Amino acid sequence: MRNPTPALRAIAAFFWLISLACAAHASDLASALKGLDTSKFPEKEKAIAAIVASGDPRVADILTALGDGKLLIRKSDRRVVIGDGDGQSKISDAATGEDLGQISEGEFDKIAINNKIRRQIKAIIGSLTLFAADPITRLKAAEEIFRSRDQAAFEPLQEALGKESDAAVRRAMEQALAGLILTSDAADKERIAAIETVKSKGGQDATALLAEIAHGEDRVAQAAREALAWLERSRVWWDALQNAVYGLSLGSVLLLAAIGLAITFGVMGVINMAHGEMVMIGAYVTFIVQEIIRNSAPGLFDYSLLIALPLAFFLTGTVGVGIERSVIRFLYGRPLETLLATWGLSLILQQAVRSIFGPTNREVGTPSWMSGSFQIGEISLTVNRIVIILFALAVFLCLLLAMRYTRFGLQMRAVTQNREMAGAMGINTARIDALTFGLGSGIAGIAGVALSQIDNVSPNLGQSYIIDSFMVVVFGGVGNLWGTLVAAMTLGIANKFLEPLAGAVLGKILVLIFIILFIQKRPRGLFALRGRAVEA
Amino acid sequence: MITWRLLSSARGVAITTLVILVATVLVPALHLLTPSNSALHIPAHVMALFGKYLCFAMLALSIDLIWGFCGILSLGHGAFFALGGYGMGMYLMRQIGTRGVYGNAELPDFMVFLNWNELPWYWYGFDQFWFAALMVLLVPGLLAFLFGLLAFRSRVSGVYLSIITQALTFALMLAFFRNDMGFGGNNGLTDFKDILGFNLQSGSTRAALFAVSCLALAASLLTCLFITRSRLGTVMTAIRDAESRTRFLGYRVEAFKLFAFTLSACIAGLAGALYVPQVGIINPSEFAPANSIEAVIWAAIGGRGTLFGPIIGAIVVNFGKSWFTSVLPDIWLFALGGLFLAVTLFLPQGLAGLFKMRARKPVVPPIPAAQPEAAE
Repeated sequence: MRNPTPALRAIAAFFWLISLACAAHASDLASALKGLDTSKFPEKEKAIAAIVASGDPRVADILTALGDGKLLIRKSDRRVVIGDGDGQSKISDAATGEDLGQISEGEFDKIAINNKIRRQIKAIIGSLTLFAADPITRLKAAEEIFRSRDQAAFEPLQEALGKESDAAVRRAMEQALAGLILTSDAADKERIAAIETVKSKGGQDATALLAEIAHGEDRVAQAAREALAWLERSRVWWDALQNAVYGLSLGSVLLLAAIGLAITFGVMGVINMAHGEMVMIGAYVTFIVQEIIRNSAPGLFDYSLLIALPLAFFLTGTVGVGIERSVIRFLYGRPLETLLATWGLSLILQQAVRSIFGPTNREVGTPSWMSGSFQIGEISLTVNRIVIILFALAVFLCLLLAMRYTRFGLQMRAVTQNREMAGAMGINTARIDALTFGLGSGIAGIAGVALSQIDNVSPNLGQSYIIDSFMVVVFGGVGNLWGTLVAAMTLGIANKFLEPLAGAVLGKILVLIFIILFIQKRPRGLFALRGRAVEA
Repeated sequence: MITWRLLSSARGVAITTLVILVATVLVPALHLLTPSNSALHIPAHVMALFGKYLCFAMLALSIDLIWGFCGILSLGHGAFFALGGYGMGMYLMRQIGTRGVYGNAELPDFMVFLNWNELPWYWYGFDQFWFAALMVLLVPGLLAFLFGLLAFRSRVSGVYLSIITQALTFALMLAFFRNDMGFGGNNGLTDFKDILGFNLQSGSTRAALFAVSCLALAASLLTCLFITRSRLGTVMTAIRDAESRTRFLGYRVEAFKLFAFTLSACIAGLAGALYVPQVGIINPSEFAPANSIEAVIWAAIGGRGTLFGPIIGAIVVNFGKSWFTSVLPDIWLFALGGLFLAVTLFLPQGLAGLFKMRARKPVVPPIPAAQPEAAE
């Protein structure tokens, strides 16, 4: 395919021009199809030209079927139909798409084609999509040509480039054209210029193409090698950036899961092993809200997460206050017992959810505004990850402001720093404890709403986050939200940078070992709270 | 009053030891000497089940030694148990020899499957029983020593210590799940054939394993009793009740803690080593943090700081678990979770405390909370 005959190019361009010229006064597709009912190949070529000239939207389907050997002629009425397989098959009218039921073997003739016609069809289909109305289809067609390096597409591509108005599609087409020039027998100067264009594309396809021509000693190969080296260097940077973004994404998940824990641990010195189950309950609230919306008001589905957020916060917050009042307040001053009691609670909550909703994963849908992905340079980002990063930061900011500027926040900080003195100043520490625990649990609940978008909603959801959350809290130090933020992001990014070097599991092990060793050096975490009440 | 408590603890230990020693003789005898249709016959699977409980009891005992007497709550003791188990598992793997699926005399099946050509260096020596037996104690002991050396020297205590022990066992679990670690990945080690030349499936071998488990448990119990009643044990108790004060009195707190932690890990490793031949498998899920926390609750339910209580607790809870999971599988987690709550809220001294209250009306004041200073 590297050196297509000039004749082939001419044919492709010829049909192409005909199709454009005739698109306005579309001739009858049905009569053009009749022309295929012949045994002579040159006649068939003419018929194909007529089909293209009809400008009918079904042309691409018909030609694809012809190329695949699925375009048939029914013996009974010589009608041209499209079948869906060999032997007995379902058929539909080629001209109208009307369903014509079943046909069995022997009742039809297959329209035979030769290699010349096959190439003709391929070129036409490729160029048809190049002129599609939808810019995304055009972009895909251009990228497909870059990948296939089909020289037959050269003329249509030039044609399309001349008409293209969308800047992004234009760029893709120029790159595809450069790819074709590079693999053709064009002059060295042209090919070296093409290398520059291909280099600007970047990515795997460009690397593969350049690597193919980088062999040899001529100037083109040399230029290709230089371009490859440049691509390699830029790839290192893109990879680092990609890891950093993934790390931030993981870090924000950790932040969401750990921040509630940090509050309860910081203020009350209580390790809440049932924290993960609060996250799980939040995720199940999302599931329930979506079920109700699906059944009664499907139009609201895009708002399901926004509806679930306050519900999850209040439900888990209430559960949290209930736990504090019924269990934890009897265990103050006995942190190890609290740990065991809350572990027991987590088992009960898990089993309760398992009994009600079953042990299998529940499906939580993604609202349309959170789905999809976009590309920046060579890294692709999914929208839901970005939303979760922003959401985690928003939650963090709200909490920070609440701690700083509200009366409740002030009292909470007072109790954290010196419980006895705060009590002596008239703060009802028991009430603050209950509210703090409720707040921590409520934040776990909204974390659950967010995590339902990226993780499986099952009774074990909380378990998978609890150890990581503890690591974040212990690493960051208690009583300081900034510590939690820094710890979560550090661990997230460290994890993602270790993953490609050591593998996902080993990377995680290394992070755990690092934390264990870090605690030896700074037993109270990164940002240790200093004060009289805090044991040195 | 303290004298009374020590006495009662010693009396409990004495009774428990006696029961264990009777079981050492009686259970294997009933299994081997009675015909299988007799009402007194103990079937092999029941004996294996109780043998398993005895190993869990040893694990609970090892936790009691550090938690009940030294105030160290380890949420990662399952790691030492599993390491001991892997040590024994490696010996049993090497004993399979050419009877494996691939019939390789040198390499265990999973290594042949992974296309390994030679035994990794850390498997050397495990074909010798004495070496494996030594490693079963040394490896958990050494890990505990290093971990404790770092942790206690930098005064990591209270919940921080609990959390990093949990991180330790979690990290080990992830590591052992990896195939390239050379411990069979997530399938672990299994398909054992015989131990010291005796077939593991035969009734007499199983009876012998049961008797050895009983003896090991009794020996560990008496060792722990001896230690906790010595001057060393008194210092340990002092550390539990007032760590800073003990330090100011001139004791090197970290040395005492390190000793207790290391010894406890050795007992846990021994328990794991006896567990594996009776259960027939060891895999990385033994490292799961949840297992370690469950073991802590056995000790809490039985009554910590009593030595014999955790043994009762481990056997009762595991018996309940076996029963519940076969009859009412959905209820088990509710029951276990409820136990955690009930024991911490209403029964801080566990079952042993209950017996004590029954026995003498003037109620003994509860054991003071572990490490009041840790509650900032």
